[in-house]
Amino acid sequence: MAVSVSLNVNGKSVSREVEPRTLLVEFLREELGLTGTHVGCDTSQCGACVVHVDGKSVKACTMLAAQANGTSVLTIEGLAPNPEDLHPMQAAFRDNHGLQCGFCTPGMIMSAVDLLQHNADPSEQEVREWLEGNICRCTGYHNIVKAVLDAAGRMRGQPQAAE
Amino acid sequence: MYAFDYHKPSSVEEAASLLASKEDATVVAGGQTLIPTLKHRLAQPTDLVDLSGVAELKGVKMDGDTLVIGAMTTHAEVAADATVRSAIPALADLADGIGDAQVRNCGTIGGSVSNNDPAADYPAALLALGATVVTTNRSISADDFFTGMFDTALEPGEIVTEIRLPKPARAAYAKFPNPASRYAIVGVMVAESGGQIRVAVTGAGQDGVFRATDIEQALSGAFSAEAAKAVKVSPETMSADIHASADYRAHLVSVMASRAVAACS
Repeated sequence: MAVSVSLNVNGKSVSREVEPRTLLVEFLREELGLTGTHVGCDTSQCGACVVHVDGKSVKACTMLAAQANGTSVLTIEGLAPNPEDLHPMQAAFRDNHGLQCGFCTPGMIMSAVDLLQHNADPSEQEVREWLEGNICRCTGYHNIVKAVLDAAGRMRGQPQAAE
Repeated sequence: MYAFDYHKPSSVEEAASLLASKEDATVVAGGQTLIPTLKHRLAQPTDLVDLSGVAELKGVKMDGDTLVIGAMTTHAEVAADATVRSAIPALADLADGIGDAQVRNCGTIGGSVSNNDPAADYPAALLALGATVVTTNRSISADDFFTGMFDTALEPGEIVTEIRLPKPARAAYAKFPNPASRYAIVGVMVAESGGQIRVAVTGAGQDGVFRATDIEQALSGAFSAEAAKAVKVSPETMSADIHASADYRAHLVSVMASRAVAACS
């Protein structure tokens, strides 16, 4: 029996009839074509699929679309209004070379943005601990951590954009 | 995943009646264990009953000197809650060390104790703190609730509604985590309440969480890290896997107990 799912994704209302076993990440990628949210391990480990549900970061491979019914979801596509006006976290990743292949980047950025919502001035240790659930196989994390610290500084220096 | 039907009740009564009326219904709380299990086709429920819409199952409060946590309260909420932090800081710290930030945003205390994973953190806390698990039918002491690996005293259709934790005089949790999953290779909660010392161990036992009575006795004589560390734990009932041998786990039980004692004082 299909279930009806209505949610707000990146500021737009969407409604679909889906099978109950549809994962949120499948819903985003296959129903809505939002392929910026990646499927890496599909086992809740790697964090490539991190999105925000009602402002909190979650692994979209470990949540059913039906569980997200009625929520507001923010994906990497919704973070910046246009390609010329990157979110400070995206800009910091670019400026600090916080990526190589880029596969983990959407999840890293969504996770890091959630960190700064809780803790506007994290220490390097706090950034590393927070990113426990995001795996990168290219960078060794060094520049990712640098980028998050840089973004934190940029965001403290400017009025924080409402999500 | 095999196909199933999905339900989102708004009350505990409605949830219980759905569980009773469907052929093989399963509760989904935070889903952080159940959804991976379904994806691996290790379970095939006919129906999923999602408790996230049941408002009465969420939240934290004090009832006299007892901390009461609703079953659907997430690990992140427990970790950040000022009432938990003030009543039992060790529990807030424990919740903050479960999995990763995204798992903590979804996973719940009720889900964790109902699942009773042998390497989960909460079962050690409940057992050491002498907690009570309240369900739709009854109240069960933690001593009676955890009955073995992935096994609890819960009957089919019974739903955990809240966890009641008496405030201890002092308590601390020390965990040696698997560096990838953050599950406990060995985790030890030490708590003192009314002069009684309880030491509960997760991650190590073949039958899941257990009380380390040898260490409790040693600590009753002298509440010191040295006393805990001096206890030789037998590897006989320890589990062994690719992460750690039984001997290594037995050794870690004393070491983690001593670290927890040191953190108590």
